[in-house]
Amino acid sequence: MTAVAPGPANITVMDLARDDLSQVNQDLQKADPRGGPFRVLNPRGAHALACGLTSGIDVEIEGHTGYYCAGMNQAARVTVSGNAGVGVAENMMSGEVWVKGDASQSAGATAHGGLLVVEGNTAARCGISLKGADIVVKGDVGHMSMFLAQAGRLVVLGDAGDSLGDSIYEARIYVRGKVASLGADCIEKEMREEHRTELRDLLERAGCDGVGLDGFRRYGSARQLYHFKAENLDSY
Amino acid sequence: MTDDNWGLRESYSFDRHTIHEIRRAANTGLYRIRGWGAKRKLPTFDDLVFLGASVSRYPLEGYREACDTGVTLGTRYAKKPIELKIPITIAGMSFGSLSAQAKEALGRGASEVGTSTTTGDGGMTQEERGHSTQLVYQYLPSRYGMNPNDLRQADAIEIVVGQGAKPGGGGMLLGQKITERVAEMRTLPEGIDQRSACRHPDWTGPDDLTIKIRELREITNWEKPIYIKCGAARPYYDTMLAVKAGADVVVIDGMQGGTAATQDCFIEHVGIPTLAAVREAVRALKEIDMHRKVQLVVGGGIRSGADVAKALAMGADAVSIGTAALIALGDNDPHYEDEYRKIGSSAGCYEDFQAGNDPAGITTQDPELSKRLDPVKAGHRLANYLRVLTLEVQTLARANGKSDVHNLEPEDLAALTVEAAAMAGVPLAGTSWIPGQGV
Ligand SMILES: Cc1cc2nc3c(=O)[nH]c(=O)nc-3n(C[C@H](O)[C@H](O)[C@H](O)COP(=O)(O)O)c2cc1C
Repeated sequence: MTAVAPGPANITVMDLARDDLSQVNQDLQKADPRGGPFRVLNPRGAHALACGLTSGIDVEIEGHTGYYCAGMNQAARVTVSGNAGVGVAENMMSGEVWVKGDASQSAGATAHGGLLVVEGNTAARCGISLKGADIVVKGDVGHMSMFLAQAGRLVVLGDAGDSLGDSIYEARIYVRGKVASLGADCIEKEMREEHRTELRDLLERAGCDGVGLDGFRRYGSARQLYHFKAENLDSY
Repeated sequence: MTDDNWGLRESYSFDRHTIHEIRRAANTGLYRIRGWGAKRKLPTFDDLVFLGASVSRYPLEGYREACDTGVTLGTRYAKKPIELKIPITIAGMSFGSLSAQAKEALGRGASEVGTSTTTGDGGMTQEERGHSTQLVYQYLPSRYGMNPNDLRQADAIEIVVGQGAKPGGGGMLLGQKITERVAEMRTLPEGIDQRSACRHPDWTGPDDLTIKIRELREITNWEKPIYIKCGAARPYYDTMLAVKAGADVVVIDGMQGGTAATQDCFIEHVGIPTLAAVREAVRALKEIDMHRKVQLVVGGGIRSGADVAKALAMGADAVSIGTAALIALGDNDPHYEDEYRKIGSSAGCYEDFQAGNDPAGITTQDPELSKRLDPVKAGHRLANYLRVLTLEVQTLARANGKSDVHNLEPEDLAALTVEAAAMAGVPLAGTSWIPGQGV
């Protein structure tokens, strides 16, 4: 972990063209939150980069990342200035992961807490099995997004692909654009004041300045499949 | 039924059990969900015998000459492999399917004899972590309660691809058992019928799995052994692919394997028997020169020291037990016969683990019923049972002239049926014939 210029003195620069991935991860995992930010150069699609972080450090990744970037994140703020591969911020517990480009499948899968922002689009299954985290996607999300999502919120400024929210539990979804189709047991729901408030808050946290609430619709569980019933056969 | 009237003949195809099931289906419109494992007759380790010592092999003295039983799991990549004193581990059974007392008892019993226990679909409880000296943390498709702190607290990580009772199926926990605590641990509404995912949410296939394993290792500093558990579907290919993906340990669970709640048609009709699965898994490991380098743990229907010894002789490094461990704790205890009768069952037949009204207080979340199980006494019974299994394995190993139970080998075995000979790849007793392998 040798600091190389350019940049202010308190930035630690790591270069994956030279440094070993495990070493970089370990240094980030052990980093002192009181120190300065970290910049990771030449990620070149590396998998499992900046995963398992445990403290409130700032990590800026300059380029595209592979699978599971910032996986299981706790407290850290990770920015990817590029695209992110499968499972970015999977099982995040807290903190913030910000993708400047697009994200692949299963973005934010099973995440329990924290905020994931994707400035571009995400592929299929965004927020699959979500367990409490918040996700804001400024572009579109692919099919089967929020499949089996249990808790947490997804905001989509663009369109959503097929089978949105299939088998969703208590998670909430806000979409401004078109929804190709809703999955089993997912229905459109009334936007009440409490929902406007939470949507406004999420948009603000995701830096969506000037985006109004107009056009947003809310989706969630019809709670019809919570118990096994023979009559539900057609839904499965 | 036909005792007093020899003119009545029960159908073999439509026996009373079948008729009962058709009537039940017609009345409820629902398939049967139950616990336990496959109940029909299957080829098992009972179809094999040990040859014992003779002129060509001399035995070791029982009780006097040492016979080692220890095994180390995770020697391939893990910085901190797991060292077990006996080659028998406790399989993953979730808190939720089991009471907190039962989980504690499993931890106590296993720890008393120096072996590990395993979490399950529903996360890690502190009772369990506290009472298990070696705890394997399951990483399942549902990821209920999955938390990096628990991952780091574990002694090993088991990526669950499937289990023997339902290769290709996900977990199930019916509303009666989703109490407030269980619901909270799983982030689900209380009282719903929960069906866990059957596929992992962020990987499919061996190439993705390789990367997933890398992530888990990065997060745990390459310390923990990583197991991959598969139901016995295609054990030859599954074992090879698990090794390719970077597993330290492969766990293969045969179709007899127990479950807390699964469709009966799944339990009885999907997967292959443990006997056939071990042989295929070992064949894969040997072909890629990974036998004993990646350890093989075998489960599904293990009941006795003889079963354990035969699994080891066929090439497993250890076995895992679920149902037998629950019985040792007190499951299906005749002491509760009156109560089993009240819920339409009988000691010895009780399989409704999904229902949550287990008279023995094991497969339940009911506080009154759970209280019936004393974790200290039940844990001690489990430890006793594990000791008996170990002594039996040693007895059989010594009889075959082995100073380590892992020196048992296929050459020590013969098969009693043509089927078992073909599946296990050992000669039919009294012949040198292994079906499928020349003359
Ligand atoms: C009550 C109960 C709960 C179980 N829960 C899980 C689980 O959460 N995860 C899992 O991989 N297997 C689970 N299993 C399967 C066991 O881990 C193991 O594969 C099986 O019990 C082995 O077969 P045996 O019962 O014949 O020993 C469960 C089994 C039982 C009986």
